Amino acid sequence: MSRRGRLSLFAVAGTGLLAVLLIGFHGLPRFGDYHGIYGLLVNRVEPAQRRATDIVTALNFDLRAFDTLGEEFILFASVAGVAVILRHLRDEDQDLQRSQGIEDHRFAGASEALRAGSLVLIPLLVALGAYVVFHGALTPGGGFQGGIVLAAGPLAILAAGRYLALKRLAPEWALEALEATGGACYALIGLGGLIFAGVYLRNFLPLGDSGQLLSAGMMPLNSIAVGLEVTGAFLLTWTEFLDQALVVRRGELRR
Amino acid sequence: MTALQLVALLAVGVIGTAVVFVPEALRQAFMLGFYGLALTLLFFCFQAPDVALSEIVVSGLGLPVIVLAALRKIRTQEHAREDGDAE
Amino acid sequence: MTFFPYVVAGWLFVIGLWGVVSSTDLVRTVLSLTVVQSSTYVVLLAIGYRSAGKAPIVADIPAASKLVDPVVQVLVLTDIVIEATVTALLLALVVQAHKRFGSVDPARLRALRH
Repeated sequence: MSRRGRLSLFAVAGTGLLAVLLIGFHGLPRFGDYHGIYGLLVNRVEPAQRRATDIVTALNFDLRAFDTLGEEFILFASVAGVAVILRHLRDEDQDLQRSQGIEDHRFAGASEALRAGSLVLIPLLVALGAYVVFHGALTPGGGFQGGIVLAAGPLAILAAGRYLALKRLAPEWALEALEATGGACYALIGLGGLIFAGVYLRNFLPLGDSGQLLSAGMMPLNSIAVGLEVTGAFLLTWTEFLDQALVVRRGELRR
Repeated sequence: MTALQLVALLAVGVIGTAVVFVPEALRQAFMLGFYGLALTLLFFCFQAPDVALSEIVVSGLGLPVIVLAALRKIRTQEHAREDGDAE
Repeated sequence: MTFFPYVVAGWLFVIGLWGVVSSTDLVRTVLSLTVVQSSTYVVLLAIGYRSAGKAPIVADIPAASKLVDPVVQVLVLTDIVIEATVTALLLALVVQAHKRFGSVDPARLRALRH
């Protein structure tokens, strides 16, 4: 079928789909009129029971911690997929380069202002990321958000035009170890719940006072584990893609 | 529904349509950055600060690096292929 | 007017699908998929909203105040991060397809397979 035919068929089908979706949405309660029982129950019960002031993080890392375990492993699997595909490509290119005798490359640095600016940014980003990760149970934040901010610290070295320094600071084996450690720690903390409290991923540490940093039991630990994993995952993905894009050969590849 | 929520929903709808209809892949990557900002505003207006934080970090920092690196790699491969064909 | 969030979500879903169907560049397909994913976030958060509800953070407001639903926020929050990595996986596949077949046009990819 020609492209035009396909597009007009989709135009008809898409309009039908939109109509069906809107008719379906009419069956939902009105916007603002919330009837769910579970949400209301959690809101009422959680602050007294778990002493965490951020109810969303409490759900993420304690009440529904098992779902977060599954999500973590989805993250792990997709990063493993990216690594397998892109490393295969990189090895092919490197074999080709070696067979043609092209040596390794570098790429243009950045201006002094950019370099100075990124030097200032790196400690700020690392500190902000660590803050967001540690205070997950108290303020908006947690492992997922803080992990990416933490990963942005080493990435600022890229902005300084020193990509190869980034590769030396964060070699692949270190990033893989970081990611795997984060994932494993989360699963092992769950085992602590199994051993000390009888249920996998049950909160078994002392709960403390709400609002303090060391409170809400194992939530800060879970937050740190997820933060480590997300940092490792994103840095690994970024370096895989940047390796492909930036490590340019000097001379051309003749195919 | 407050006026701010209405404005945020309109912004999301308009910029989302713009993301789909903008011509090249590189421009679409930039529009996605704006789309992430509009979504962050919308999530704030829906009283979801954790979600807003997650969205701004991912769409401002996580995705653009990946997309720009992929686009750059495709362009270098295309140049290498053209130079190889021209020989 | 209270139906408007769902209208926007449905519109985003369909217009994102249009982007996937009508793109001539595989990278554009992947980026339009992001729009489709974000429509689900809008739907989930719109379902969980309570009028005059506050964010579910009780650090500085009394714990008995009216709060919006936190469960849907958990779903959307982890979903955003996970979908970024899945998009990365799709883009890695696009890069590899370009290397193998020399083109990112979905129509030409089909032709080159034979």
